Amino acid sequence: MATTAPYAAPTAETAERLDEIWHTPHTLYGRLATVDHKIIGIRYLVTSFVFLVLGGLEAAVMRAQLAQPNLHLLSAEAYNQIFTMHGTTMIIWYAAPILSGFSNYLWPLLFGSRDMALPRINALSYWLFLFSGIFLYSSVLVGQMPDRGWFAYAPMTELQYSPALNMDFYALGILFITISTTVGSINFVVTMLKMRAPGMSINRLPIIIWGTATASFANLLIVPAVSLAFFLLWLDRQFHTQFFQVSGGGQPLLWQHLFWMFGHPWVYAIVLPAMGMVSDGLPVFCRRPLVGYAPVALATVATMLLGFGVWVHHMFATGLPGLSLAFFSAASILIAVPSAISVFSWIATIWLGRPVITAAFLFFASTIVLFVIGGVSGFMTASVPVDWELTDTYFVVAHLHYVLLGINVFPVMGATHFWFPKFTGRMMDERLGRWSFWTTFTGFNVAFLPMHLTGLWGMPRRVYTYPVEMGLGPINMVSTVGSFVLAIGFLLFFINVLRSRTRGAPAGDNPWDAYTLEWSTSSPPPPYNFAVIPTVASRHMLWEDQLGETRERSNLEEGFILDHGKEALATSALDAEPQRILHMPDDTIIPFVLAAGMLVLFSGLLVRNWPITAIGGLICAADLVAWFWPRISLLERGPAHG
Amino acid sequence: MAELATATPTPLPVGPVRDHGIGRGGMFALIASEAALFGYLLFSYYYTGASAPTPWVLEAHLALKLALPNTLILLLSSVAIWFAERATRHEERAKALIGCGIAFVLGTIFVAVQMFEWKAKAYGLAKSSYASLYYITTGFHMAHVVVGLAVLAMLFVWTGLGYFTPTRRIVFTNGSYYWHFVDAIWLAVFTTYYITPYLGFAT
Repeated sequence: MATTAPYAAPTAETAERLDEIWHTPHTLYGRLATVDHKIIGIRYLVTSFVFLVLGGLEAAVMRAQLAQPNLHLLSAEAYNQIFTMHGTTMIIWYAAPILSGFSNYLWPLLFGSRDMALPRINALSYWLFLFSGIFLYSSVLVGQMPDRGWFAYAPMTELQYSPALNMDFYALGILFITISTTVGSINFVVTMLKMRAPGMSINRLPIIIWGTATASFANLLIVPAVSLAFFLLWLDRQFHTQFFQVSGGGQPLLWQHLFWMFGHPWVYAIVLPAMGMVSDGLPVFCRRPLVGYAPVALATVATMLLGFGVWVHHMFATGLPGLSLAFFSAASILIAVPSAISVFSWIATIWLGRPVITAAFLFFASTIVLFVIGGVSGFMTASVPVDWELTDTYFVVAHLHYVLLGINVFPVMGATHFWFPKFTGRMMDERLGRWSFWTTFTGFNVAFLPMHLTGLWGMPRRVYTYPVEMGLGPINMVSTVGSFVLAIGFLLFFINVLRSRTRGAPAGDNPWDAYTLEWSTSSPPPPYNFAVIPTVASRHMLWEDQLGETRERSNLEEGFILDHGKEALATSALDAEPQRILHMPDDTIIPFVLAAGMLVLFSGLLVRNWPITAIGGLICAADLVAWFWPRISLLERGPAHG
Repeated sequence: MAELATATPTPLPVGPVRDHGIGRGGMFALIASEAALFGYLLFSYYYTGASAPTPWVLEAHLALKLALPNTLILLLSSVAIWFAERATRHEERAKALIGCGIAFVLGTIFVAVQMFEWKAKAYGLAKSSYASLYYITTGFHMAHVVVGLAVLAMLFVWTGLGYFTPTRRIVFTNGSYYWHFVDAIWLAVFTTYYITPYLGFAT
C-alpha cells in the first residue's frame, strides 16, 4: 500500500499528463460535473456579486423612498419586504459566499496543493448556495417576499400575524442555505488540517487561512442554532407546535437567543476572512512583512472565541436580568482588544513599510478608517445604557454598515483588484480602479456618516417614512445622494472587472511581486495548480532571498510530482509533514443532482405538497447512496474478490 | 549560502488506510455540527422550562419502564457495530455481517418502541411548548436513527459484497462512528427528558 513517490523536477511531458488528468471538459456535462476548486471559486464570486447587486438595488429603492418626508414611492408593506430582502441578501447570500469564493479559489493555491480536501462537497456547497438563492428570490414572482426583518422575530413571524407564504420562503430558504454553509465549512476545516504543502507548519499560514479556518470552525458550531430556529418556526407555522407561541407556554425570547447565538458570531465569520485578506494584501503593497504576525493570528481566534459570548448585546432592551446584561456588555467591550490588535498591526505595516499606492492598497487601507469608525460606534452601543438610547435608531444602521462594508465589502473590492490578475491573467485598470475607489469611499461616507446623527436625532429604523415635523428631510437627502454616489462607484468597479477580463494588460505570474505560493504558478493557474508540490521553508516563500531571514529556501522547482492519476498530498495537521497520497474524486454529476433534489424537496415543503416532497427526498437518498458507494478509484474498497 | 528545503521522500501510504484518511476528518466535523444542533435543542428545553411557570412538564414522572430498556437496546446496538467493525479489521466477514445485522435489528426495535411510546401519549405536539419540545426532540433523534439505519443497511450490503479489507475499510469505520454518535446523543436526550423531571426540573 505504501509507495515512495518520485521527488523531482517536472518535465514538459509531466505538465501535459497532469493537464490531461485534471482539466474540466468544456461540455454541458463537464460544467455541471466539475469539482475544480478554481471553477467553483469563480462561480461563487460571480454569484455573490449578483446578490450584492440585487441587495444594492433594494438599498437604492429604500434610499429613494427615504429621500424626503412623506414619500409614497413604496407602500409600508413593500418597504418591509425590501428592507428584509436587503438585509438577508447582503448578510447571508452575499457576505459569506463571496469570502467562500475567494477562499475556494485561493486556498489550494496558497497551500501549494492540487485541490480542496473534499472536492465533491465543494461542488455541492456551491450548487446549494445557488439553488437556495433562487428559492428565496422566487418569492418575488408571487409577490410574497420575506417581510419581517432578517432577524424574523417571533411571534411577529407566526402564522396568525403573517399568514401568507412570506415567512415560509424565508424559513425554508435559510434552512436550505445553512446546509451549504455547513458542508462548505466542513471542507475548509479538513482542508486546513490536511492539505498544506510539506513544511507549511501552522506558524506559516497566511492570515486569510487563519480567518477562514476560524470562521469555518465557528460555523460548525453556530449555524445549527439558526437552522434549528427556522425549523422550529416553520413547525410552529405549519404544524401548530408551540415553541414561540405565548398562548401555548412557548417562549418568544428563545427565538432571539437562538437567532443571535448564530447571528453575532456570524458577523465575525463574515469579517475575519476579509480581515485576513487585508493582513495578507497590505504587506505586498507596503513591501514588508506584516507587523505582528503571531498577535494578529491569535487575535483572529480570540475574536471568534469572545464572539461566542456577546449575542445578548442584541437583546439589551428585552428586559433580561441586569446581571446577565452586565456580563454580555463586558464581553462586547472586551472584543475591542483583539480587533485593535489587527488595526494597529495594519497601521504599523504601512508606517514601517514603503507603501506603493495602488487601487488595491487604497481599498485595503480604507478598511482601517472604516473599521475604526464602526468599531468605536460598536464600542459605544456595547454599553447597556447607551444601547437603550440608541437601539432601533439609525445610529445602529450607521454602525453595522461601517462594520460590514468597512471590513467586508472594501476588503473584497481590494482583494478583487489584488487577485484579479491571478484569476484571469490580466490586470484591472488602475486609473478606473482609483476612480471607483474614491467614488465608493466618498459615496459611502456621505451616505452613512450622517446616519449617526439621524439616529441620535431620533429616527427609528425599519419605518418606511417620517413626518416633515421631525426635521429629518435634509439629512436624509444627504444620505440618499451619498448612496447613489456609492452605487456609481460600484458601477465603475463592475465595468472595470468586465472590461479588464478581456482587455486588461497581461499580468504574468507575479505582477505585484507578492510573497505567497499562488504567485509562483501561472496566471491563470493550470488545472493542476502546481506541476510539483512545493516544499515550504518560511512564511514568505517568494521573498526569502530579499528578506534573508534564514539560510533555508522554499523549494518550488523540485518536489512530489504525483502524476499516477488524480493525486494530491496530505500532510500532518501541525507540522505539515507528508502523510499520505490521496486519490482525488473525478468530476461527477452527483453533487449537482443532490442539490437539485433538495430544491425539489424544499419546494414541496413550501407548498406542502407531500408527493413532491417525497420525490425530492427520494432523489436525495438515492444520490447519497451513489455518493458513498465505495469506489476502487478512491481506494475505498479492496480489490474485488471474484 | 542558502539551501533548498526538501521533504525526505519516505514511503507514503496511498489512499485511506485502516481508519486513517481524509473522510475521517469530514465525519468528525459533521458529528461536531450535529452535536451542536442537539445542544441547541436541549438548550431550548432547559431555557423554555426554566422561564415558564411551573408545572411546565406535562408528566411529572415520565414512565421509565419502556424508555430505560429502550436506552439499553440502543447502547447494545453500539456494542454490536463495534463488534462488526472489529471483525472487519480482521477480515471476518461473517462476524461483521452478524454484528451489523444485530445493530440494525436493535436500532429498528428502538424506533418501534419509541413509536409505541408516542402512540400511548394523551397529548399531541400542539398541546404546549413542552409537548412540542418532547415530540420534536425525540423525533429529531429518531430521524437520525433512521438515517443511521440506512447507513447500517448499506454497510451490511457492502460487507456482503466483500468490499472491505483490513486496510480498505474507512467507509465502514466512518459509518460506525455515525452510529455511535446517534447512540451517544440519545443519552443526553434521555437524561434531559426522562431524568431531570425526577430531579425537580420544571415540575
